[in-house]
Amino acid sequence: MARKVSEINAGSMADIAFLLLIFFLVTTTMDTDTGIIRKLPPPPPEDVEPPKVNKRNTFKVLVNKNDRLLVNGKPGSVDQLRQQVKDFLGNPNIKSPVSPENMPEKRDEPANIQLLGGDVYISKGIISLKNDRGTSYDMYIQVQNELAAGIRELRDELSQKYFGLKFGQLIDNDKIKAIKKAIPVAISEAEPENIGGN
Amino acid sequence: MAKFTKKGGKEMAPISTASLPDIIFMLLFFFMVTTTMREATLLVSITPPKATEVQKLEKKSLVSYIFIGPPLKKQLGTDSRIQLADQFGEVKDIAEFIEKERNSHDEADRKLLTTSLKVNKLTKMGVVTDVKQELRRVGAFKINYSTAKGKDR
Repeated sequence: MARKVSEINAGSMADIAFLLLIFFLVTTTMDTDTGIIRKLPPPPPEDVEPPKVNKRNTFKVLVNKNDRLLVNGKPGSVDQLRQQVKDFLGNPNIKSPVSPENMPEKRDEPANIQLLGGDVYISKGIISLKNDRGTSYDMYIQVQNELAAGIRELRDELSQKYFGLKFGQLIDNDKIKAIKKAIPVAISEAEPENIGGN
Repeated sequence: MAKFTKKGGKEMAPISTASLPDIIFMLLFFFMVTTTMREATLLVSITPPKATEVQKLEKKSLVSYIFIGPPLKKQLGTDSRIQLADQFGEVKDIAEFIEKERNSHDEADRKLLTTSLKVNKLTKMGVVTDVKQELRRVGAFKINYSTAKGKDR
């Protein structure tokens, strides 16, 4: 008969586990990566002319090398940009094909979105963003942020009107798609040019 | 006063510590699962700009990073440099870098690959624009401007 094996002392198990725990605690980085997600356009084909866009349909934002803004030909500021974007893209009457003279036109064919009550005329408005090579990245992000905020607020308002929830709170995929279709992210970045030098 | 003095009384039974290792192990596993080891050592200093309209980046394994900022080593100057994986690179090296990233993923995942630009906020847009043009050329269209959440003004 084999000798009776004495039990292994498990008292130090906790210490070993603690050691490992502290190691992982120290090496853990909990920061989730956040950022502004954008999609770059494919390079333009050489022989095709860029589509003509009516002047009233573009909202021009220029940032120069001193981080100053020129919005539709007038000096602007980051603080006002959001409201300007909302005024530009916001359709006072989403179901009517006509817009006031100074507002961007709407697409000729209405999109049929059942969740938003049938025919919806989508704005033809495009935000055109152009920056200089000398613009600071911080300023560029601030501008991108305000443009995104303007669009997000418009979506929030539309979503609130039809579904009683903010756009970010929507869970139903069809509803999210409907809102996205009605108010697309129409930000176009101009082909880079060297205006003011480095 | 004798009423209040303790007279030895009942002794408290010691709390059993037998389940302590289990609790610690539980915590340990939690941290083991959530831990992501930092893959590249930074050679450039990154202070991301702040923004409010941020979205979370999902599926970290599908994200490749391009760092742009002034080098940490002062001898290398203060001009912003591009860091790919764990070495300095030039704009022309990006095509190879993206190709390498693509090859290390399944064919099904390749469309979902995102390039995250981690750029110091003091960097000038010139170099960022060059990188963006190069990414467009090689067909890596999904990008993410890495920003911290918050407002700085």
